[in-house]
Amino acid sequence: MSYKAKFRVWRGEGGEGRLEDFTVEVNEGEVVLDIIHRLQATQAPDLAVRWNCKAGKCGSCSMEINGRPRLGCMTRMSTFTEDETITVTPMRTFPVIKDLVTDVSFNYEKARQIPSFTPPAGVNPGEYRMEQIDVERSQEFRKCIECFMCNNVCHVIRDHEENKPGFAGPRFLMRIAELDMHPYDVADRKDAAQDEHGLGYCNITKCCTEVCPEHIKITDNALIPMKERVVDRRYDPLVWLGNKIFKRSTAKS
Amino acid sequence: MEIERHEYDVVVIGAGGAGLRAAIESRQQGKRTAIVCKSLFGKAHTVMAEGGAAAAMGNVNSSDNWMVHFRDTMRGGKFLNNWRMAELHAKEAPDRVWELEAWGALFDRTKDGKISQRNFGGHEYPRLAHVGDRTGLELIRTLQQRVVALQQEDEKLHGDAEAYIKVFQECTVTRLLKDGDAVSGAFGYWRENGRFVVFDAPAVVLATGGIGKSYVVTSNSWEYTGDGHALALLAGAKLINMEFIQFHPTGMVWPPSVRGILVTESVRGDGGVLRNSEGRRFMFDYIPDVFKDKYATTEEEGDRWYTDQANNRRPPELLPRDEVARAINAEVKAGRGSPQGGVYLDVSTRLPAAEIIKRLPSMHHQFKELADVDITQEPMQVGPTCHYIMGGVEVDADTGQACVPGLFAAGEVSGGMHGSNRLGGNSLSDLLVFGRRAGAGAAAYLDGLPSRPRSSEEAVAAAEAEALAPLRRAGENPYSVHHELQRTMNELVGIIRRSGEITEALEAVEKLKERAQGVGATGGRIYNPGWHLSLDLRNMLLVSECVAKAALLREESRGGHTRDDFPGMSAEWRRRILRCSLSGDASGVTVEEKAQPPMRDDLITLFDRAELAKYITEEELADFDALVKE
Repeated sequence: MSYKAKFRVWRGEGGEGRLEDFTVEVNEGEVVLDIIHRLQATQAPDLAVRWNCKAGKCGSCSMEINGRPRLGCMTRMSTFTEDETITVTPMRTFPVIKDLVTDVSFNYEKARQIPSFTPPAGVNPGEYRMEQIDVERSQEFRKCIECFMCNNVCHVIRDHEENKPGFAGPRFLMRIAELDMHPYDVADRKDAAQDEHGLGYCNITKCCTEVCPEHIKITDNALIPMKERVVDRRYDPLVWLGNKIFKRSTAKS
Repeated sequence: MEIERHEYDVVVIGAGGAGLRAAIESRQQGKRTAIVCKSLFGKAHTVMAEGGAAAAMGNVNSSDNWMVHFRDTMRGGKFLNNWRMAELHAKEAPDRVWELEAWGALFDRTKDGKISQRNFGGHEYPRLAHVGDRTGLELIRTLQQRVVALQQEDEKLHGDAEAYIKVFQECTVTRLLKDGDAVSGAFGYWRENGRFVVFDAPAVVLATGGIGKSYVVTSNSWEYTGDGHALALLAGAKLINMEFIQFHPTGMVWPPSVRGILVTESVRGDGGVLRNSEGRRFMFDYIPDVFKDKYATTEEEGDRWYTDQANNRRPPELLPRDEVARAINAEVKAGRGSPQGGVYLDVSTRLPAAEIIKRLPSMHHQFKELADVDITQEPMQVGPTCHYIMGGVEVDADTGQACVPGLFAAGEVSGGMHGSNRLGGNSLSDLLVFGRRAGAGAAAYLDGLPSRPRSSEEAVAAAEAEALAPLRRAGENPYSVHHELQRTMNELVGIIRRSGEITEALEAVEKLKERAQGVGATGGRIYNPGWHLSLDLRNMLLVSECVAKAALLREESRGGHTRDDFPGMSAEWRRRILRCSLSGDASGVTVEEKAQPPMRDDLITLFDRAELAKYITEEELADFDALVKE
């Protein structure tokens, strides 16, 4: 049942690093994170890895396994052959702190730039009434465990540091969509999505959807509908005509 | 190396539900608040809570109210609960849940658009506000986003988002600092770079969660190393009810690497049943006397209950968790377990596949991805897993304050609320109710404080030396000490306990304490998990000693404490609380007995005499009779 696997793990800190080779025991039913833990316990006690729940619910152990962004705790060893060398590297879009741990503060900064849920005045706690069907759209996006792999994989920022200031990444564009679709949210989010958070950069390659461990249809259900909402606002021919005729500034209601 | 210093009004340690709710309250009351947490912001163990938050809103069954919830909670805890906490909890939980909605939470809905509520073990009516089976994630995300909202407000008002509330993430506190008797701050290190940090603050709220990492089979994450329990003890506070540990009846048993991961009680709440290897729904054989008249005695009645609760009793799969865990344990021991050492939990024959995926999406996902099991087609294999500690810091019910001035605790790290056994769903509501109260308690404490306390430089230096010690010696691998502690606690102070085994565990813990003094961490201070574990060992060992010592003293079986050599529940022991404190020479733990204060008149009269007679002494019963006569 158990065998020796070949692992190559990225080790390093402060901008320096290299892939280090290990041979390590693997038992039935184990996941990549188990193997990283075994390396810590037996060969490399200071090997840094972020993890928490080990059940795919907290989104801490994001890493790149054979080049694909994955949760270490949800990647079963049985998906590899026994003679395969498994390469584990940190997420590429964020600066490495040490080994597999990256500085994900970019995401927390972006989170703070999205205006929060804005309920209408005069609705008190306990008075909210919403239909299940109306909450389900935003509920899908609230399944997000903030593993940040969608932001990691997105080509807009993956190798383009210069795009980071103007692009919130799929995670937070989806957050805007979530709030925009919230039955009680009254804030206008469309212009900001386009102008401040870079929705227009997204050219729907769906890489984010592909790596999402929660299987959220980020592109189809959040980003495309959000693009449509922006388009409705900005390129509606009647609005355009009205603006021309009455010389209104572009809609900033 | 110079030590980083920060001055705050309130420092909250832990960023799970209780910590965030406490911090929000403290900030809303105008106090400068720091949230210090070991993980990234938003990753706390609360995300693992699946089932829901219990609150008697009465949205699904209008007969529900705080008194029914209070009674269920006391029953679930076998009447050992701090009744004032149980009362506050039952009364305030609905407001706390509704408030989340105003902060953006999206719970599942009833047909008339209210928050839907689901059935759960020990709750008389459908009571758990939920979002599928990922309620904890919704709760943590909502609170996290509320913190961000407050920061955005501060940005507008003061030009600095972190002026009044700041998160110090991946930062571990290793010591509380004091000025005389009172709290004056906390000492810790940044996980990222190993640098030390001192928080100067007159009030500290502990919200560090539980202790599960002292056990091998646990549903708890790595953070659950009993930090708050140990910090409190070391600062002079008392821990109560430490012998009571909840083994959740349904953890995954296979594959080995996921052993212990939680399978939500919602599976049973939504119709799932437990069967042994002979196909028998064995829970019908395990209805204890105290619950005889509240549970169905036939499968037919139990099944009817899901659609007609007014005329049928609930199925015994929904007994409180301690009862179900013991029953599974007994079935496996009797040789009627599943091939991998659990029992079968089956929802595949009870609900249509689409309905299972809708109601239990993350369970479906978890089994499919981790065990290659499709729960819509076949049963799961499950067994007990260390899940929750009822014991914790002894606090004042109304303010969350410990006996050390300036020290507060809320959530799992505090003790009393759940008595000897917590009902499912009462944890998320506990976090909200007592998180808010601890935050408010800390704010009020500050308002009454004549001057700010100061931490002594000696204490800071001692904390620094303690934290550096493992890096300065070439000693034993900390992982082996940890593994041995986990094995010891799992095998000797687990779900079923015996005097001889507990004594053996205590001897083992003593030896491990010595070995922990000698563990060494290789590598440097930057994100070094071996070093971090070396420091966590102190906390896990202290807490394990509390659990074992209290477990040895309590010579009865009740809730999360089952003694093979004392199988009965004793009315005399119900009146006694075991209270742990640090021994005089600080080398270990001493345990003393304390009398449980009698329940307030208007609360005890919420119960029937016949029910009380199962729990309380003749003497107390006579008092009750006199009270009712008046």
